[in-house]
Amino acid sequence: MPIDYYLNIAASGLLTGLVYGLAALGLSVIFGVVRVVNFAHGEMMVAGMYGAVLLAGFLGLDPLLSAPIVAAVLFVCGWLLQRGVVNKFVERPEHMQFILLLGIASILVNGMLMLFGPDARNVSVPYSFDTVEIGPMLLDAVRLRAGAAAIVVAAALFAFFRFSRTGKAIRACADNPLGARVVGLNIDGLYALTFGIGAAVVGVAGALMSLLVDARPQLAPEYTLLSFIIVIIGGLGSLPGALLGGMLIGVSEALAGFLLMPSLKSLFSYGVLIVVLLLRPQGLLGKRS
Amino acid sequence: MTGRGIVLLVLAGLLLAVAPLVGDRYVVSVLTTVLWFAYVGQAWNVMMGFSGLLSLGHALYVGLGAYVSAALFVHYGIGPWAGMLLAMLVSVAVGTFIGFLGFRFGVKGVHFSLLTIAFAEVARIGFDHIQWLGGSGGLFLPVEAGVSDPLNLRGSPTLFYYVILALVLGALALSRVLLHSRLGYQWLAVREDPEAAEAVGVDLFRARMTAVAVSSALTALGGVFQAFYFNNLFPEQVFSMGRSIEIILPAIVGGIGTLIGPILGAFILTPLGEGLTFLIEAGGLDLPGLKQLFYGVALVTIVVFRPEGVWPWLARRLRLVRQPGEEA
Repeated sequence: MPIDYYLNIAASGLLTGLVYGLAALGLSVIFGVVRVVNFAHGEMMVAGMYGAVLLAGFLGLDPLLSAPIVAAVLFVCGWLLQRGVVNKFVERPEHMQFILLLGIASILVNGMLMLFGPDARNVSVPYSFDTVEIGPMLLDAVRLRAGAAAIVVAAALFAFFRFSRTGKAIRACADNPLGARVVGLNIDGLYALTFGIGAAVVGVAGALMSLLVDARPQLAPEYTLLSFIIVIIGGLGSLPGALLGGMLIGVSEALAGFLLMPSLKSLFSYGVLIVVLLLRPQGLLGKRS
Repeated sequence: MTGRGIVLLVLAGLLLAVAPLVGDRYVVSVLTTVLWFAYVGQAWNVMMGFSGLLSLGHALYVGLGAYVSAALFVHYGIGPWAGMLLAMLVSVAVGTFIGFLGFRFGVKGVHFSLLTIAFAEVARIGFDHIQWLGGSGGLFLPVEAGVSDPLNLRGSPTLFYYVILALVLGALALSRVLLHSRLGYQWLAVREDPEAAEAVGVDLFRARMTAVAVSSALTALGGVFQAFYFNNLFPEQVFSMGRSIEIILPAIVGGIGTLIGPILGAFILTPLGEGLTFLIEAGGLDLPGLKQLFYGVALVTIVVFRPEGVWPWLARRLRLVRQPGEEA
């Protein structure tokens, strides 16, 4: 078997991994700032997938074009969720936060199950079956576009946190909430904004994922766990770590699915998660707290 | 507990004891489900409620108990009363292994909860590929109609009802004894403030390991019951994350860390969930996920409005316990 074969699989895993990484980025942003672990993350991602499916079905929109709409809707939902419920839990014990978000996750996933049914829904675009030849590799056009879009969104997010005043304010909040309050920042407002951004980011990841995978409510808990795995491998709260973790998981899943059995591919991810939790709980790029 | 509380508790116990004599099959089956969730809720409560360890992967111990006892029965003809010993042993071995890794490597908070989820997921995927145990196609226990063989836990729904009732009462008694023992006080100290507990000489590692051992052993029994009651096991269901969430519900709704809480929580949630499904189906609608949606709403409502659970509040309102805050 030629090396090209493996290269091809690794490359398409890498592209899928970029979308995973984008989803995990949303989780990392929320945790890094609000210090709340979003157990409803995969549910939000699948909501994004259904958003793209619906927009493609009714308006014939390409998920790449509907992604901003999905992002806007999820931003509002995330903002309201933080303002309405989660904000009261920021100071509460950790397990209360988890339980709250597990409840929200259960409402979201079963709500989607009731609305859309258990059957898989797909999006078809004109370039669904196109392939692009790059050197020795033959890659799916959808995967290339989804991966590229994920990079663009991630870059925009980095730029926002690095250069904009609001982004800097949010980072100040994350570094030292008390200090941020002292210098006059509106913490609650910034938390709501952050949760909205996190939800929007995972919504975009969902819209992009709808190009690669058929939307099903049952995917939601899997994506929640996948985002956790990625974020923990990369380091909770580290943004480049989330992207790196996503790519690692994408490649390893693709190779494990090919070399072993496809149904065993997530076993590998959980194995990696357990090892990282035990040996380097702060993640690859995280700082020790 | 006040006199009134004890009278109410005894009354409730008597009602449950005669329920199969007055209720029909449907009532008995719903009550069996209620009691099953009350039981596993109590088992989970030992870890989270008493010692502050949030396990979100308790389906793992249910599944191990179920699969070990079912495999012994199907492949070797060993009945559940003997099989449950090995089931508990395996479950405790796995539980303490996870605990050992977690506590020795200092895995805390959300990381510990994720560790428990990760092991449950590994088991789910792993059991899907064990052909000896039926794989993803499921493991089935032989069912013969009309057989009454309590020694192999084969028989009428009434038999199962009394078995699970006995388990619930047994777990209640055990929880009470443990909570008022030296070990129980150590657990509470560790839950409230691990550092302070360690400072006064509590062996954190030992206290936590015993909590995991007791909880996983009790939960495994719930699995044995499940295997012989439903007669089929699918890794996709038994080890699922959703199942783990269902296990934590009764204690959260009833009151984490209380003795009566998990039982009360199961009696509130399950009949409401079943009733809702029943009503919707009677209306000619089939909405999969409705029950789980309702459980989600219940979870959010409870943690937002009554985070300490229903039992502490109810006990205060009805003056069932002597002092607010005292363990019931």
